[in-house]
Amino acid sequence: MKLKNKWPKYYKQDVVTHYCPGCGHGIVHRIVAEVLEELDVGKRALLVCPAGCAVLAYHYFDIDVIESAHGRGTAIATGAKRANPNLFVISYQGDGDLSAIGTAETIHSANRGENMTVVFINNAVYGMTGGQMAPTTIIGQNTTTSPIGRDPEFDGYPLHITDVVAAFPGVVYAERVTLSTPGGIRKTKKAITNAFQTQIDGLGYSIVEVLSPCPTNWKMTPVQSCKWIEEEMSKEYKPGLLTDKREEKRKTKG
Amino acid sequence: MNKVFMSGNHTIGEAAIRAGCKCYFGYPITPQNELGEYMAANLRQAGGVFVQSESETAAINMVVGAAATGARVMTSSSSPGISLKQEGLSFLAGFELPAVVVNMMRGGPGLGNIAPAQGDYFQSTRGGGHGDYRTPVLAPASVQELADLTIAAFDLADTYRTPVLVIGDGMMGQMKEPVVFPEPVKTFPEKEWALKGRGDGPSRYLASLILDGLEMERHNWKLVRKYQEIAAREVRYELYMMEDAEFAVVAYGTTARIAKGAIKRARKDGVPVGLIRPITLFPFPDKIMREIAHRIKHFLVFEMSTGQMVEDVKLALNGRAEVAFHGRPGGVIPTPVEFARVINRQYQRNYK
Ligand SMILES: Cc1ncc(C[n+]2csc(CCOP(=O)(O)OP(=O)(O)O)c2C)c(N)n1
Ligand code: SF4
Repeated sequence: MKLKNKWPKYYKQDVVTHYCPGCGHGIVHRIVAEVLEELDVGKRALLVCPAGCAVLAYHYFDIDVIESAHGRGTAIATGAKRANPNLFVISYQGDGDLSAIGTAETIHSANRGENMTVVFINNAVYGMTGGQMAPTTIIGQNTTTSPIGRDPEFDGYPLHITDVVAAFPGVVYAERVTLSTPGGIRKTKKAITNAFQTQIDGLGYSIVEVLSPCPTNWKMTPVQSCKWIEEEMSKEYKPGLLTDKREEKRKTKG
Repeated sequence: MNKVFMSGNHTIGEAAIRAGCKCYFGYPITPQNELGEYMAANLRQAGGVFVQSESETAAINMVVGAAATGARVMTSSSSPGISLKQEGLSFLAGFELPAVVVNMMRGGPGLGNIAPAQGDYFQSTRGGGHGDYRTPVLAPASVQELADLTIAAFDLADTYRTPVLVIGDGMMGQMKEPVVFPEPVKTFPEKEWALKGRGDGPSRYLASLILDGLEMERHNWKLVRKYQEIAAREVRYELYMMEDAEFAVVAYGTTARIAKGAIKRARKDGVPVGLIRPITLFPFPDKIMREIAHRIKHFLVFEMSTGQMVEDVKLALNGRAEVAFHGRPGGVIPTPVEFARVINRQYQRNYK
């Protein structure tokens, strides 16, 4: 049997990973690079990378990249895309970035229907700063700032931001996927492909939320992390298609 | 274009479009709304992009994104909004991206009021956001200068890859004066660093995260050298009635206009007084101040603040002359009569 595994064109080969063992960022990076190549948009791509564990994404991708202030990814992406509509613009963000400090930018770029793609890594914690509670932390989950488990009485409820924006008319494609199983990873690739194609076709905003392990801050092994996503996190955040208005948009675009 | 009669805020908009500004991102705040409105009405026809953002933070980050692609970009606001833009200004400085940011200052701190003020001098000239950076600051004092310096701001921004501030106040923005616009700019410097997709070339990135200590230090020294170069080359100032003056007033923007009126009055009373008007607040015209200090031993600084630029005047003179200060913070526009009275009093005290 011959391995079909080919190194993606837009993924640098000589980079030593800075991600922890079992982290989801590396998997999603690779998927993004593969889809950029498959849809042939790497040469005109601009990746906006976040403050968060993925802050060094520019070391991995062999495409043009700009770093963003914490949470401002979609504002930067808006400016870049409006100034240069030929660019293929991706904003890559964590849940602290996208659903806490960047909530306003997330809501309004989605509501404007900016023709961009958001790759949203939901690991239910602030990874880079050491595992504090995020808006996405689930009820009962222990973090450094919810040491006895998230209690909605004190900490509020988990924020389902992708469900919120999926309802906006300008949001054309929104899907939630998970990295916890090989099938989930295949679906992640499919969803990112659909989201990228939405932008290529000029239909509007697309977002893929990826339930992603953070073994380090969850204090679990990678295997336990995947199990936790399956058994706990996926109950709060159900994987699946949240909206798909591609056909509708195609018709109105004529 | 012939002479037209236009408000300050509209003038900045028209000048920006003529300077090749392709994107304007902003959030409404008085007293500079007419500028955003002018861009909404005219920029698209000129082939550009206007977005009313959800906040000033978003606006300045849109500026970051557009500037990264190489476009000439602009945002404008007034004091509380400029505070929110400081995050993006720091990143623009770190990324070394060109952009023009207009601040029509109002009374503060806090919401303050919408009356003219100059309380944002420190914020403008000291960087304002976090980190070790400076931004060139242009302070026009007439509608014609608003046009000329807006265009100059775009050129400065591109030349040095830095955000540039144009600061005025409610009076500068609202007042109408005749203005002649220069012909639209047609050729722009090539921006090889701009992120437009890698194409067949090597990929590039813009980042301000520099983990290696020595590399971070190198980056900061590189920025310092740039600010030193700006300080050596880009100083602008105006001298008014200084040839035979024995006593010097220092003021900028609206306050300088009022000071000119006051100086005319004081001259009638026989006071040989003149004005040094900094047009660039960073770089500050300190060399000319030192030269003047060879023959003039008393300086008087007027500001619409409780005293901010006065510190730069003192730093520039470094003990070579006496420096007095008279200021009114935001809320009240001083009159030429008031300033003339202060000039007369200081002159009597120092020279009689
Ligand atoms: C304005 C600002 N506040 C706080 C921080 C510190 N900070 C860096 S990354 C981060 C959290 C990132 O969490 P998330 O977006 O979930 O990404 P992850 O690290 O989990 O991948 C924070 C709070 C910052 N860089 N800027
Ligand atoms: S802290 Fe978590 S999100 Fe960050 S690299 Fe490690 S596993 Fe990944």
